[in-house]
Amino acid sequence: MEELLKILNEVKPGVDFTKEKDLIGSGILDSLSIIQLVTKISDEFDVEITPLDLVPENFESAETIYEMIQNAED
Amino acid sequence: MKSITEFLEQTANTFPDKTAFRDDQTALTYRELVQRAKSIGSALLSSQKRKTAVAIYLNKTPMCAAAMMGVAYSGNFYVVVDPKMPLERIRNIFSVVQPFAVIAEEQLLPQLGELTDGLETFVCEQAARTEIDDAGLLAVHHAMTDTDPLYCLFTSGSTGVPKGTVVSHRNVISYTDWVISTFSIDDKTVFGSQTPFYFSMSVTDFFSTIRTGAEMVILPKSYFSFPIRLIEMMNRYQVNTIYWVPSALCIVANLRLFKYARPEYLQKVLFAGEVMPVRQLNYWREAFPDLLYANLFGPTETTDICTYYVVNRTFTDGESLPIGNACDNCDVLVVDEDGKECAPGEEGELYVRGSFVAMGYYRNPEKTAEVFVQNPLQSAYPETVYRTGDIVRYNEAGELIYCGRKDFQIKRMGYRIELGEIENGAAAVEGVLMNACIYDPANDKIVMIYEGKAAPDEVLSGVKKRVPDYMVPNQVLKIGSMPYNGNGKIDRVWLKTHYTELEAK
Repeated sequence: MEELLKILNEVKPGVDFTKEKDLIGSGILDSLSIIQLVTKISDEFDVEITPLDLVPENFESAETIYEMIQNAED
Repeated sequence: MKSITEFLEQTANTFPDKTAFRDDQTALTYRELVQRAKSIGSALLSSQKRKTAVAIYLNKTPMCAAAMMGVAYSGNFYVVVDPKMPLERIRNIFSVVQPFAVIAEEQLLPQLGELTDGLETFVCEQAARTEIDDAGLLAVHHAMTDTDPLYCLFTSGSTGVPKGTVVSHRNVISYTDWVISTFSIDDKTVFGSQTPFYFSMSVTDFFSTIRTGAEMVILPKSYFSFPIRLIEMMNRYQVNTIYWVPSALCIVANLRLFKYARPEYLQKVLFAGEVMPVRQLNYWREAFPDLLYANLFGPTETTDICTYYVVNRTFTDGESLPIGNACDNCDVLVVDEDGKECAPGEEGELYVRGSFVAMGYYRNPEKTAEVFVQNPLQSAYPETVYRTGDIVRYNEAGELIYCGRKDFQIKRMGYRIELGEIENGAAAVEGVLMNACIYDPANDKIVMIYEGKAAPDEVLSGVKKRVPDYMVPNQVLKIGSMPYNGNGKIDRVWLKTHYTELEAK
């Protein structure tokens, strides 16, 4: 989780990702930052995030992103 | 024909019930588009203003297209400002262009706050129901010429004051003549539109649509992060032509999207705005070898484009795509520092001449005089050409190759960014003494380095209030004191090569 928070802060500095629960609706994660994020996650966690994982529900909060990574690891 | 609205009406007479613009929620046929545009134009007539700016504060919707054409009907020119732009930038734009009116969605108007003071405000939905004043609109049309301004489009300026390029009906008509004939745009064309209406690339698909009876499908920005939906929408409306920034094409390639979903109707893939990486282009070409791919190149000041290259051979990773040759009815010159024509293969600055060259910058004679200049290669008669500031050279095949920007300006995600404007934003933050912004192209990162007692997150939030999202630095670094070079200027070259050491501290 800490690794993920570090990545999130690189992509969008200045946001407290432990608190935000509506990253998409609030516009914190826009289309480009989601793509940057996915690229970094794939590299750092060595998982394959496929386009099928790219749905808004997976990006609502740090927790949901983390769940998506864990599912991809299985 | 001398005006874009004449072309629109001609199309509407031929294809009244064909869809002109649609997004994921609404659509307008050509008949509806003309009706709404004439109504909005009629609402604006009461002001008696002509050739004056009208701000459009709407999301990218079919109704926004009607508002743009409505302003044209009224004999004025539009400036599209995005509801997501920071207020500070809108304030800067308004201070340059001095609109007499703003057209907005009702629920968006309060966001503008005191910026609407002294302006006439029109709620778009209401203005679009105004009774059409045919005689009034006709009188406007009689009085106009094709050199009247159609819109003013803002790029970022190095002094922090944005520059507004004024583009005339004639510019757009000449430019779209080339687009339509070169890429065979017609009433069978369905564009999948990616670029915002305040960005010069949108001029290409927007006005080619209006002139030919094509259809423009506005793809929601968010779909570029949820690409399965993007492809579903493209297939639902049978999108066959796209003109996107390379970043958008790269999203698709980097995700290996075509394993999961394929755009079934696509025929033409055009791109511009930044350098298209060959690796990602090759992904597209392997998946869809029979499509037309073209690399377009040009600035806002030449309406959108001045040179183009239709991809006709194989490129290997790391090779750069040519920007090709001049468009029809447009000419380019490669000029050295002494104002002489470069020899073939020699690097020089790209100059553009012809009817695509815009009128100049609004209320900015100094900047206009710097770059809209007499053709340096002939002095026999007055001829204004545009200096792009881009460094180019011809390769052995006689195609132009882009080498870089002459100054510090960078291009990122298709937007032209002057780092100076970001620096200006940071300089305005309390506790910032000196600052410099650098761009690291290898990592596609804008890095802000500053000296002062403010904390990095304070600097970042201060900058965010002053510049659009795409200009916000990816990294903010505090430095004990700025390095300076021999001229006493901040040593940007050093910063660029050493900023990672600052990071480590």
